[in-house]
Amino acid sequence: MNNATAPRRYNGFAILLHWLLAFALVGIFSVGLYMADLPFSPQRLKLYNWHKWAGITILTLSAIRLLWRLSHKPPTLPQSVTLGMPNWQVMAYRATHVLMYALFFIVPLVGWAYSSAAGFPIVLFGVLPLPDFVSASKPLAELIKPWHEISAFALAGLVVVHVAAALKHHFIDKDGLLTRMLPGKA
Amino acid sequence: MTPTFSPIARGSAIVLLAALTCMSVQAQQKLLPAQSEVGFVIKQMGVPVEGHFKKFDAQIALDPAKPETGKIAFTIDIGSATMGSPEPDAELPKSVWFNTAKFPQATFQSTSIKGLGGGKFEVAGKLAIKGNTRDAVVPVTLVQSGATTTASGVVGIKRLAFKIGENEWADTSMVADDVQVKFKLTLTGVSKF
Repeated sequence: MNNATAPRRYNGFAILLHWLLAFALVGIFSVGLYMADLPFSPQRLKLYNWHKWAGITILTLSAIRLLWRLSHKPPTLPQSVTLGMPNWQVMAYRATHVLMYALFFIVPLVGWAYSSAAGFPIVLFGVLPLPDFVSASKPLAELIKPWHEISAFALAGLVVVHVAAALKHHFIDKDGLLTRMLPGKA
Repeated sequence: MTPTFSPIARGSAIVLLAALTCMSVQAQQKLLPAQSEVGFVIKQMGVPVEGHFKKFDAQIALDPAKPETGKIAFTIDIGSATMGSPEPDAELPKSVWFNTAKFPQATFQSTSIKGLGGGKFEVAGKLAIKGNTRDAVVPVTLVQSGATTTASGVVGIKRLAFKIGENEWADTSMVADDVQVKFKLTLTGVSKF
């Protein structure tokens, strides 16, 4: 692709989804951490259901986001930036994005499977019953349970790496890479 | 020589005879607990969650040909309720839910039985849970196979009418007021119909 005509910034819809999901993921992760230690109460029940509804919403938005990304090529790293990056950083950049996208799907799907296995089918927003793609089974639920947490922490770790790298480029390298994802004028 | 009985002995014999007659009417049918189940379905924020009672018993005297003469008494050991996971099971006996310590049993006592034909019956009676008694109409379907008869049905109750789930748990947006109670009882000794 000719760099002169390649987009320099992410397009508006990609930027919107990026920030919407960024805040949603931080929010749902925090709720998840908080609710897991609550004693049995209406508050706990409410948060669990909200967490599930939010997870399904994030899963849906992630699917839209992936389709959008596949159909609207994101800007490539500017040569001015890649020239200053050692090879491992370019590799890490790619790996982080692929893994984050994988986990956008894995974390909610594993959570959904756990809910079904535990005998609590998800009823989205309290009105739309979702199908169970695994059957209710206590041993299966116990098997799945840790993986929702492990995958969520893995995603959280990648987000920290992603944010740290973006801030490093912005404040240390001062290469303007971050502005590609900031809302504002093209 | 004609045997003579003292008035006391005669009296006792009558009482005994009356008791035997009574028993034969009240315990004609037997419940086979191992092949029976009593469950319930609640809705938590729209999510159906099932539970069941492990211990219950019934005294049934029912002639399907003359259902109006029948009597059914049902007892559930409330402490035997389980929802299949330790967390809610630890909550159910508490005073805001079943208050099992004070009200260990729920009972249903029929007041009238109507035959609707085709093995279907309508059993009206008094349902008592957690010290609250309410009228209830239970639809029952009898199906016979060999020596046993299954009696099954579903009855909807309002949990708040029995104060099941008090204070913060009275919120029906969290746990719906409507609870379905489902039963499938296997009986022996029901006459052919």
